[in-house]
Amino acid sequence: MQWSIDAAFVAALACAWHFGRTPALVRTNPFGFTLHEVAAESGIRFVHRAPTLDAKLAHIQAHVAGMGAAVSIVDVDQDGWPDLYVANGAAGSQNALYVNLHDGRFEDRAETAGLADLNRAGDGCTTGSVWADYDGDGDTDVFVYRWGRQMLMQNDGAGHFRDVSKTAGLDVHMNSNGATWFDADGDGDLDLYVTAYFREDIDLWHLATTRIMQESFEFAENGGVNRLFENRGDGTFVDVTTHAGVGSTRWTLAAVAADLDGDGHQDLYLANDYGPEEFFRGHGDGTFELARGVGLEESSKSGMSATLGDFAGEGAPGVFVTNISKRGYLFQGNNLRVNRLRGGGSLRNVAEGPEVDCGWAWGAQFGDLNDDGLPDLYVVNGFVSASLDRDYWFGMSKIAVGSGALAEDAQWWPAMEDRSLSGYEPSCVLVNQGRLRFTNAALAVGATDLLDGRAVALADLWNRGVLDVVVANQAAALLVYRNDVAPPRHWLQLDLVGRGANRDAYGASVRLEAGGRVQSQFVLAASGFAAQNDRRLHFGLGDAQAADVVEIRWPSGAVTRLTNEAADQRIRVEEPAR
Amino acid sequence: MTSAANASAMEAKDPAAPQKSIFQRIDARWYSSTLLTTFLVLGQWRFQILGDSYVPWACALGTAALTELVLGRLVARKWVNLLSAYISGNSVAILLKPAGNLLWPFVLCSFLSIASKYVLAWRGKHLWNPTNLGICVMLAAASSVVSILSHQWGNELWTVGVLWVLGGLTVIRAKVWHVTLTWFAAFVAFAAFRASVIDGGHFLSELAPITGPMYTMFMFFMVTDPRTIVRGRSLQIAIAVTIAGAECLIRLLAEWDVIRSDNPLAIAPPMFALFFVGPLAIVLQTWLNPPREQAR
Repeated sequence: MQWSIDAAFVAALACAWHFGRTPALVRTNPFGFTLHEVAAESGIRFVHRAPTLDAKLAHIQAHVAGMGAAVSIVDVDQDGWPDLYVANGAAGSQNALYVNLHDGRFEDRAETAGLADLNRAGDGCTTGSVWADYDGDGDTDVFVYRWGRQMLMQNDGAGHFRDVSKTAGLDVHMNSNGATWFDADGDGDLDLYVTAYFREDIDLWHLATTRIMQESFEFAENGGVNRLFENRGDGTFVDVTTHAGVGSTRWTLAAVAADLDGDGHQDLYLANDYGPEEFFRGHGDGTFELARGVGLEESSKSGMSATLGDFAGEGAPGVFVTNISKRGYLFQGNNLRVNRLRGGGSLRNVAEGPEVDCGWAWGAQFGDLNDDGLPDLYVVNGFVSASLDRDYWFGMSKIAVGSGALAEDAQWWPAMEDRSLSGYEPSCVLVNQGRLRFTNAALAVGATDLLDGRAVALADLWNRGVLDVVVANQAAALLVYRNDVAPPRHWLQLDLVGRGANRDAYGASVRLEAGGRVQSQFVLAASGFAAQNDRRLHFGLGDAQAADVVEIRWPSGAVTRLTNEAADQRIRVEEPAR
Repeated sequence: MTSAANASAMEAKDPAAPQKSIFQRIDARWYSSTLLTTFLVLGQWRFQILGDSYVPWACALGTAALTELVLGRLVARKWVNLLSAYISGNSVAILLKPAGNLLWPFVLCSFLSIASKYVLAWRGKHLWNPTNLGICVMLAAASSVVSILSHQWGNELWTVGVLWVLGGLTVIRAKVWHVTLTWFAAFVAFAAFRASVIDGGHFLSELAPITGPMYTMFMFFMVTDPRTIVRGRSLQIAIAVTIAGAECLIRLLAEWDVIRSDNPLAIAPPMFALFFVGPLAIVLQTWLNPPREQAR
């Protein structure tokens, strides 16, 4: 009898070892696309430099200043070709505006545009940008969110930008890592939501106290106050945060706006570091209500980015929020949420495959990388890549497991020295296999870099009918992955133009039927972490020669319906008059 | 492998024991199990420590109870009291933090924990605290999908304060408070020592872990397990100091990069300190000074 018990015990040990192994990486490529890194040959030689903060933070400088690399893809000159705006951080460093030259190359014109020198000592540093024609004058302007003074740069229509922060009422001090444009109050123009990370009274270059860190690793509420600025329609903004009820202090890293619950009003979804995600249900009149009982409270984690995509093919925007995982220490796991809000349901987390663990994950985007009609996920990751042998997880765990009163004070954090912290992590390229299953194809398709990715953005950079990938890495080079889909598949792109002061059509949604498959996409300003995708929507159609139906729901409530649109073209659609 | 532990020996009562009050007559494990249940329910209500459901708890408890019932019946030929299994199942549910929504780690860890009592025993006494063994094995064998409790209780001091008060009452009732107190004092002393020898070390940084839930669980419920500690108050105190010393050694090895940060020892120093020191102490004592019932 005893031998059988012993045998069962040994078998259980073997099971623990077998099932506990790291899953093997997929090395063959049946996925129908390949990524080639072409930044240098495209004329892009951008290296992000992190800021140097107050000397009191020197022992954990790499940790605290570990954010700021950002990228937005926007057609600045409205020539039909996407351009890139890239953030830098160190004092004196230059942001870059890579204008598309239509021949595979880009040229940095930030200086002439007045968008380069935004990281002056004593004035803060850039952590990202979000673009919109906020004044409805026909050209694209940009809000540059920062640690320090926020900046609204107005486009004069000739490619030159002017700092109008003061006159616009946006000259405020915040430590922000995200912002988004959306019509919060349903008046037709674009309002601005700015997220806050560190408290607004903290000057990271001149600390009055070292008590600046989170009070909890899972339930912190001592971050800065997020703020909503209402667009008054005359080029000025007014802070309506309190009235709107969206002043979260949960260390927000990302905000994305869309109509998630299908009631016709724009909602806000926040990914909060050190805390649960928050879903603010919009009432359409500029007020919001923090939704309870929708499945978010029970999964307090470290939300790093938020992106929306109809990965389940149900017509509603599902949510993907990245989190932190480190073997042995912490498995927060990324959240892939199916949206059942329209039926009074919840945002249920269905992540259980390779999408769960992408290491210390940051930015992520949905996009159909192989044009098969299913949205894939590109996730960048890695926090601090320094020593190959020494890691800070052990040191950080001392503080992380203990009292928040100690964690809140930076002086008690052990020195990082040259240690890495979840460094050298390969990105995850999660190919959608349907039925809520994904395969991590990063290595197989060529996403092999080990840099510390922060922001990722997608666009058809060279108007070839495929989505290319741009990755902004912290304290490292910007990467541009050209996507080659082979064999070629069909596609359709939509360039939506709204009426009035929301020409960007932010908040519009598109439902497309092709080849027996239904897809939905959403026009978003900010998406992921510190990133903005090209706002033109790209649909992969697989083998379908045409889209049977394209239904566009504009933020105003108007609906445009197109039928039998031939594949492999870009369609410009203007919002109809009400 | 050794012969299985005889569960009936654990349940033996001393007929010469003086009359006790009703509270004293209650098996101390009832206090532990009630307290652990309270912790778990409160933790789930306040901090969602189990995620979005009690299913992990059910898996851990169910497996622990079933394993105890089956192995107890097979080995001891009786239906064994399930209190011990209940404590182990609760502890596994609280301490184990698998990736995603995986449930099999709870099942496997609970099985290994309970089965270890019947497999890894010597002279009728199991050598490892069951949950300690289960957790250590899972961390060593499956750390790519398993982690241990860290900050899931919200880093709030009041939470730990409540745990300390209730845990304190339990160890006083179980008459093992001196083990907890010794281990705590030794940890504090070793923290001061580490702060003095580590470059840029801070006493509060080194002290921080003991203000968290994992160390609280360890201090009140694991290092004090009456089934897996040596006999004799002085020896118990000495062993508690030794475990704290081993924990300090592991921490220093990790601090000085002798062992890597992702080494299971660095991930859960107190667990592995007990894992190594506990059985060694029991073997040495049993070998040098066999218990009376064994001698008979």
